[in-house]
Amino acid sequence: MTTAASVGDLVSQPYKYGFVTDIETEKIAKGLSEDVVRLISSKKDEPAFLLEFRLRAYRQWLQMETPDWAALGYPQIDFQNIIYYAAPKQRDKKASLDEVDPKLLETFDKLGIPLSEQKRLTNVAVDAVFDSVSIATTYKEKLAEHGVIFCSISEAVKEHPELIERYLGTVVPSNDNYYSALNSAVFSDGSFVFIPKGVECPMELSTYFRINSGDTGQFERTLIVAEEGASVSYLEGCTAPMFDTNQLHAAVVELVVLDDASIKYSTVQNWYAGDENGVGGIYNFVTKRGHCRGDRSKISWTQVETGSAITWKYPSCVLQGADSVGEFYSVALTNNHQQADTGSKMVHVGPRTRSTIVSKGISAGHSANSYRGLVQIGPKAVGARNYSQCDSMLIGDQAAANTYPYIRSQQPLASVEHEASTCRMSEDQLFYLQSRGIAFEEAVSMMVSGFCRDVFNQLPMEFAAEADKLLALKLEGSVG
Amino acid sequence: MIRPDADVLLEISGLHARVEDKAILKGVNLTLRSGEIHAVMGRNGSGKSTLSKVLAGHPAYTVTAGTVSYRGQNLLELSPEERARVGVFLGFQYPVEIPGVSNLEFLRVATNARRVQLGQEELDTFAFEDLVRERLKVVQMDPAFLDRSVNEGFSGGEKKRNEILQMALLEPLVAILDETDSGLDIDALRIVAAGVSQLATADTATLLITHYQRLLEAITPDFVHVMAAGRILRTGGRELALELEERGYDWVDQELAALELG
Repeated sequence: MTTAASVGDLVSQPYKYGFVTDIETEKIAKGLSEDVVRLISSKKDEPAFLLEFRLRAYRQWLQMETPDWAALGYPQIDFQNIIYYAAPKQRDKKASLDEVDPKLLETFDKLGIPLSEQKRLTNVAVDAVFDSVSIATTYKEKLAEHGVIFCSISEAVKEHPELIERYLGTVVPSNDNYYSALNSAVFSDGSFVFIPKGVECPMELSTYFRINSGDTGQFERTLIVAEEGASVSYLEGCTAPMFDTNQLHAAVVELVVLDDASIKYSTVQNWYAGDENGVGGIYNFVTKRGHCRGDRSKISWTQVETGSAITWKYPSCVLQGADSVGEFYSVALTNNHQQADTGSKMVHVGPRTRSTIVSKGISAGHSANSYRGLVQIGPKAVGARNYSQCDSMLIGDQAAANTYPYIRSQQPLASVEHEASTCRMSEDQLFYLQSRGIAFEEAVSMMVSGFCRDVFNQLPMEFAAEADKLLALKLEGSVG
Repeated sequence: MIRPDADVLLEISGLHARVEDKAILKGVNLTLRSGEIHAVMGRNGSGKSTLSKVLAGHPAYTVTAGTVSYRGQNLLELSPEERARVGVFLGFQYPVEIPGVSNLEFLRVATNARRVQLGQEELDTFAFEDLVRERLKVVQMDPAFLDRSVNEGFSGGEKKRNEILQMALLEPLVAILDETDSGLDIDALRIVAAGVSQLATADTATLLITHYQRLLEAITPDFVHVMAAGRILRTGGRELALELEERGYDWVDQELAALELG
């Protein structure tokens, strides 16, 4: 049939970002030890407190065991077979973009993230991270005029050590979990954002993570602080080349918001997911947590997760300030042999704290997609409210969707609501749309974006359309 | 309206089709000219719904022999969406619900796909709303249904009205209506039938697939075909439907048995 033929064509759609940049890279030897931790710290010329932070985390990590409670199956990771530091060869961070290796600029151009003065996005400041280092940050001067600090975390360690020392590890303690301990020991680069009191960040901030080397792990570390009354919208994007081996990506993201401040953190995750037989792809073990320290503060997580062979990720909010608000909007799409165990934790500490969780899981092919979430209401959270909605869409008859909601309340004057649904995109629905003149791909995309609308509405405008297209592309060939 | 010199819109000849390994259509011949209304009647399992799905290009059905020509073009070569765009419409017996997809947006995308094919300008949201509000009258449908998801939570009657609304927007040349009367109460049947009659013009052909003759009291067919075991057993005029109503389908079985023995 015509339909079957077009499905066949679409299956072979390659991962668009799977290329490798041929660039001379400085790598340290494989394996992890206290010496490696010291070596990373010395390469980055770090102050003593940070080396101490890393070593303490490394010792904690040695005592810990890999978590096995997630609904994920994968062979044990050999942590001695990973390179913990890789950087494209160039002198220290360049003062101007003109000095950055053109090959790197070209790479980001190809990824749709132009960095050069003439081509860069007009209303988005970008920090570009290539393997273990940040290679460029745009609009730094303009942001500085507003008192906003946006730079790589390595640079922040040098320029603003007092801020790093004050906030790093205060939201996600290094011994929080196995991967946060590992990250704290060996983290390479990531972004640092500081929005001072009363400042509304004048533009979108964005960090783009690119893994290039085949045998390297990426351990990014991001820290965003919004002081009293400050606000910022931040977006993170990620891609990696296609390799037939699995690569580890273990990030830690910490957000701190003080009184009346807000952070909106959006992610479009498109790491290489492995091929249609499940060979290769990124193992993505991420700890993301925000701390609403101030009264009336707000953190909003929006994520569109389409890549990675394995996703283990639970962006969370600790709602400590009175009347603080936490939100989590997620679309997680798995296809072929991808596995995702993702969700959120909302920890209500302060009175009248409110949280919303909207999770949309789409599973196609032979994939498995689980929502795992915790809503915890502490004894002081009088009048706290939570609303959770978890919807799953199944495509084909080989995919799995699971929902594991955990609710713990120690406060009688709190309200918690949970709604869940499962539906299936059927051949008959697609045929119905097609029989009205709507092309197959458009029909799939209409159904998926209808299903995800509540979440896409939360994305910054420039990225909502991107996300829509990305999902359609990922799903092509999975139906029918 | 029968005019011997009218253009042939759809010509089905020797059509065989199967679903999985089961042969269902076993040599269907049927010619539809512009201006004509045809009714295909038959028992459940006689192949009438399969015929409609095959004409619309449902992927679960495989054509094993025969041809279908639509205005001289090989219809079987076209994808389902192409068939719709060139003017072949299938009104479903059980229209599916599509949660999350706005009915209005769906109708607009579908209408524009057809308009592009006809070389007409695509309608923006405002122009389309004007058009759809006018066409709602054909089926006396409440505009509130436009703001809902496609068919979601619609009653049986509302779903069928939504089908005829789509037909009114797409303005097909060949409309195949599969058991449009099923699940309708008397009032809804009257409204739907009036809508179909209004849309059947001298330039279009209509193929009504029905189990009962009550639809044919509201829409008078020019031809009635009786289908059994995957082919058309007998063709007649309006009176054939009445005969079926009176005598039931048993004689069809006898005729079929005689045919198979012979």
